[in-house]
Amino acid sequence: MSILIDRDTRVICQGFTGRQGTFHSEQAIAYGTRLVGGVTPGRGGETHLDRPVFNTCREAVEATGAGASMIYVPAPFAADAILEAAAAGIETIVCITEGIPVLDMVRVKAALKGSSVRLVGPNCPGVITPGECKIGIMPGHIHRPGKVGIVSRSGTLTYVAVYQTTLEGLGQSTCVGIGGDPVHGLGFVEVLALFQQDSATQAIVMVGEIGGNDEEQAAEYIRSEVTKPVVAYIAGVTAPPGKRMGHAGAIISGGKGTAGHKFAALERAGVTTVRSSADIGRAVTQVLG
Amino acid sequence: MNLHEYQAKPLFARFGVPVPAGRVAGNRAEAEAATRSLGGELWVVKAQIHAGGRGKAGGVKLCRSAAEAGAAAEAMIGRRLVTHQTQAQGLPIEKVWVECGSAIARELYLSLVVDRSRECLAFIASAAGGMEIEEVAAKHPEQIITVAINPASGFSGFEARRLAFALGLEGGQVKAFTRLARGLYDLFVAKDASLIEINPLIVTAAGELLALDAKVNLDDNALFRHQDLADLRDPSQEDATEAEAGEHGLNYVSLDGDIACMVNGAGLAMATMDLIKLAGGEPANFLDVGGSATAERVTVAFRLILSNPRVKAILVNIFGGIVHCDMIAEGVINAVKGVGVPVPVVVRLEGTNVEAGRKLLTESGLDIIAAENLTDAAEKAVAAARHTQREGKPS
Repeated sequence: MSILIDRDTRVICQGFTGRQGTFHSEQAIAYGTRLVGGVTPGRGGETHLDRPVFNTCREAVEATGAGASMIYVPAPFAADAILEAAAAGIETIVCITEGIPVLDMVRVKAALKGSSVRLVGPNCPGVITPGECKIGIMPGHIHRPGKVGIVSRSGTLTYVAVYQTTLEGLGQSTCVGIGGDPVHGLGFVEVLALFQQDSATQAIVMVGEIGGNDEEQAAEYIRSEVTKPVVAYIAGVTAPPGKRMGHAGAIISGGKGTAGHKFAALERAGVTTVRSSADIGRAVTQVLG
Repeated sequence: MNLHEYQAKPLFARFGVPVPAGRVAGNRAEAEAATRSLGGELWVVKAQIHAGGRGKAGGVKLCRSAAEAGAAAEAMIGRRLVTHQTQAQGLPIEKVWVECGSAIARELYLSLVVDRSRECLAFIASAAGGMEIEEVAAKHPEQIITVAINPASGFSGFEARRLAFALGLEGGQVKAFTRLARGLYDLFVAKDASLIEINPLIVTAAGELLALDAKVNLDDNALFRHQDLADLRDPSQEDATEAEAGEHGLNYVSLDGDIACMVNGAGLAMATMDLIKLAGGEPANFLDVGGSATAERVTVAFRLILSNPRVKAILVNIFGGIVHCDMIAEGVINAVKGVGVPVPVVVRLEGTNVEAGRKLLTESGLDIIAAENLTDAAEKAVAAARHTQREGKPS
């Protein structure tokens, strides 16, 4: 078992023929992902990477039965691409694109309200179920099928957590990068709920960072709903207030969103926290006893 | 990106948000001319910098004659203003905003922000204007009203009225406030703002509403569709190193410590800063070389890092995913040879092509300290910094 995606997930790529789309589609295919085609408006009817290109998501879904999409469309057009995927009936939408205007995402989230779409990202590394399906830009070879569910706001920090759990011999059930933007798709709470339900997941690693209050909400949720052990790390103890730390969402504003506050909330909820990102793997081994 | 008050107020006026009549001035003569063309008997000369707290820092002067206004402008322009919101060296004043003085009856606070947890825009208002809103929030949270705007319906009249009555407005002021708030909302959406703040929003002695200050932050990600606003950028208000980093696709934030770091990925960059702190050191910067770090970018990154004279050691922490470790190693070698790095460099590589990367570093014959893992890297960098004396600032 796993969450969101598995070996049977039929995936299309939006922005298929672009440089990013091409490179990461090749990687996904090599990993074993069932990539069944792609969308590039105006290139419908062509073949790319031995797979059909469609003008619209609707045509792609009708022809391939795809249930998931990975989006590499440039930022000015990415919100439109998410809405197109949703309108075509795709239920798992993973948007890798960085730099989407925040008001575009406010509109997208309002439009998706009440639908069964599960949006991951934007500005994220994507989702991977090791050995089965890779949708995103993460290096596949550091993953191993296993029992740790990983959810993170950061790309490279996800890889750090993955690598450590691989070295510890634990492996991963599914890894979800929820992205570093202030307004985004699935949050910690939704992903934690999926991991709690998933039989393959025996422990959860949560990697947060400064800004917003997603981690505090996650702490509340863990306290009341999550029975599996959770290990958490929050980046940015040393980040100064008012400065954006790379990610649009990583900013301490008005004294809110500090790493210290997040650590405290998680610890009150019974989460095992680590102050060093180097200690994540070992802590998971310990909580699994 | 931030706008100056002199750029924001005309924008306010265009969207029907009332502001005092004003003119921008770059020297004494222009300031004097501004008072004459504005008319009246009382003017305010305001230093134009990207920071609040100007009043207490001497950046706002009340003037009763053209000569007084001219003198105030001359005293400000060309100086740097230090406020509690700026760094110690302050920000340069290149222009002043000269506006008609207003008779203030009440000071209110109004802002429009992106509420990230509710995923919508939200107005924040308080009858306690003129103070720092963070201070009000800490001492009198009950005096802050938040109204979230449903993105589907847009800003509605009842939401404006709720704010107006909560602010204690009455009679015709309620309608005037509704117009003002709608103007702000329309401006926010039309121009892709990320924050608009009016502090204070005043009720004049005559009972009219007026935006006495205007703070507008724009969403950098949306500037591609607002070239007119992008052109208003004022590099003099930005940290030179941070701005140069941005031009090369690097994310750099300067900090107060002496151990520089160069990392791929924003989250890992923050985590690396934290590791330095845990190992007993202080980070000199946040630096994300991005997902497609080329040898050239790494070289630029080294140059930026070394422009900070406090730096005593550099920690390079790369997790190779899309970025290949051998490419980074090559960049580090080129930079150390080309730029001339006068401080110890500790390198920790992991991930794609890590063996090739490590081999390049070892065979380069350069004095690069290899680290086994994250903790080891931070400890080695802190130890190296302790033994480094830097003389002068490298070019």
